[in-house]
Amino acid sequence: MAFLDVKGIRKAFGGTEVLRGVDLTLEQGQVLSLIGSSGAGKTTLLRCLNFLETPDAGSVSVNGEVLFDAAGPAARREADIRRRRLHFGLVFQSFNLFPQYTALQNVALAGKLLAKEEPEFRGRKKQLYRDIDDRARQLLEQMGLADRLDSYPHQLSGGQQQRVAIARALALQPDILCFDEPTSALDPELTAEVLRVIRGLAQRRTTMVIVTHEIAFAREVSTQVAFMDGGVVVEQGPPEQVIGAPALERTRRFLESYMSS
Amino acid sequence: MEHILQQMPIVLRSLNAGFLQTLKLFFVTGLGAIPLGLVIAFGSMSRFRPLSVLTRLVVWVVRGTPLMIQLLIIYYFPGIVLHRAIWGGGEAGRFLAAAIAFIFNYACYFSEIYRGGIQSVPAGQTEAGLVLGMTRPQIFFRVTLLQVVKRIVPPMSNEIITLVKDTALARIIALQEIIWAGQAFLRGSNGIAGALWPLFFTAVYYLIFNGVVTLALERLEKRLDYFR
Repeated sequence: MAFLDVKGIRKAFGGTEVLRGVDLTLEQGQVLSLIGSSGAGKTTLLRCLNFLETPDAGSVSVNGEVLFDAAGPAARREADIRRRRLHFGLVFQSFNLFPQYTALQNVALAGKLLAKEEPEFRGRKKQLYRDIDDRARQLLEQMGLADRLDSYPHQLSGGQQQRVAIARALALQPDILCFDEPTSALDPELTAEVLRVIRGLAQRRTTMVIVTHEIAFAREVSTQVAFMDGGVVVEQGPPEQVIGAPALERTRRFLESYMSS
Repeated sequence: MEHILQQMPIVLRSLNAGFLQTLKLFFVTGLGAIPLGLVIAFGSMSRFRPLSVLTRLVVWVVRGTPLMIQLLIIYYFPGIVLHRAIWGGGEAGRFLAAAIAFIFNYACYFSEIYRGGIQSVPAGQTEAGLVLGMTRPQIFFRVTLLQVVKRIVPPMSNEIITLVKDTALARIIALQEIIWAGQAFLRGSNGIAGALWPLFFTAVYYLIFNGVVTLALERLEKRLDYFR
């Protein structure tokens, strides 16, 4: 069984079926890019993985553990979901940093709240919080933000904000880090700095699922590429195959329209 | 002019006592209505339809009728219709009735401000909290609330300044607040009768107090300026 195993995910909004049975697999340490035109269902799929949407059908397992199964009875209880969703991290297109917290506080907040659920939290609070802060600082340094720890989001550029958001997602050590068009809100210069960070994560063998319109980047950084169209994965394989020599006409047409624009 | 100066110490003593009652009503209303408004806001945003419909109906009635009528109904209804004088006869009973009417009325206005404020925080903030494993209460208190407070300070300032002046409405059930105290010198009080100026002079109290309130709220607004 693959590290990430997504089977038959379906999701409809109102009468519109956005996902019509998505199957995906991904091995640990690999990077999967999801490409396809707008409305193909890429973002909805990521949101399903992160429990921001509840699929109507299908299942998601990570490392052999079934995290979601639409057929299972206990799939939707909020308290259950909360722990399970920590297997995934999500970086949003619009960053969604908390504006009233500094970069460091943004990265450390969720960890500190989770620490309260640790056994003997009271006695170990100081030590736990110090470890969380240390780790947050380390991650921000790794993102090239060592001098912006105490900056508030509005004092940072879009690229810096997105790098804080990546550190925030990494702080909880998810098994799989998801990106939802992480550079769509950025100009080319800032895009480059964010892509550099993601490239670094790929080199460190972070398991990632990336929804992106940067085809050249997807080709370079991914070990797997999945082309989505009409709510299904049409073609999945290594980038040199899916992007370099697509087997299907639909994939070819998408890539051609992309290159020409 | 000369007799005004003679009357001044007596009048001020009486007006001060009245203004103390005004302040009491103001602060009690604020302390009660600010949290109650949040409860009502959650009610009107509830996903449980009957609750949200009922809450919005109540808010509509309270905002759609004069506070003065609400005061009269709350004060007189139990005695006249139910034949039970639940408020008692004295000033304490009048204050209690006035406080309940004011708290409920202002909580309804506040709730609409809160609702607007809460709904104006982008959904992405909640989603970011959720994917980070935060519980919904944690997200509300640690992430959303301060952003809401920042957004609602200007409209709340308006309502609070209006509240300072609206306390005068409690005069209608003879609460001995500052308008009542000023008016007393018309009929005759403490050996002064037929004097209109004390009533006019009450405006100075409102004006000064609203100056203080405005400054305090501006400071709060500045303190929340550190984020956007």
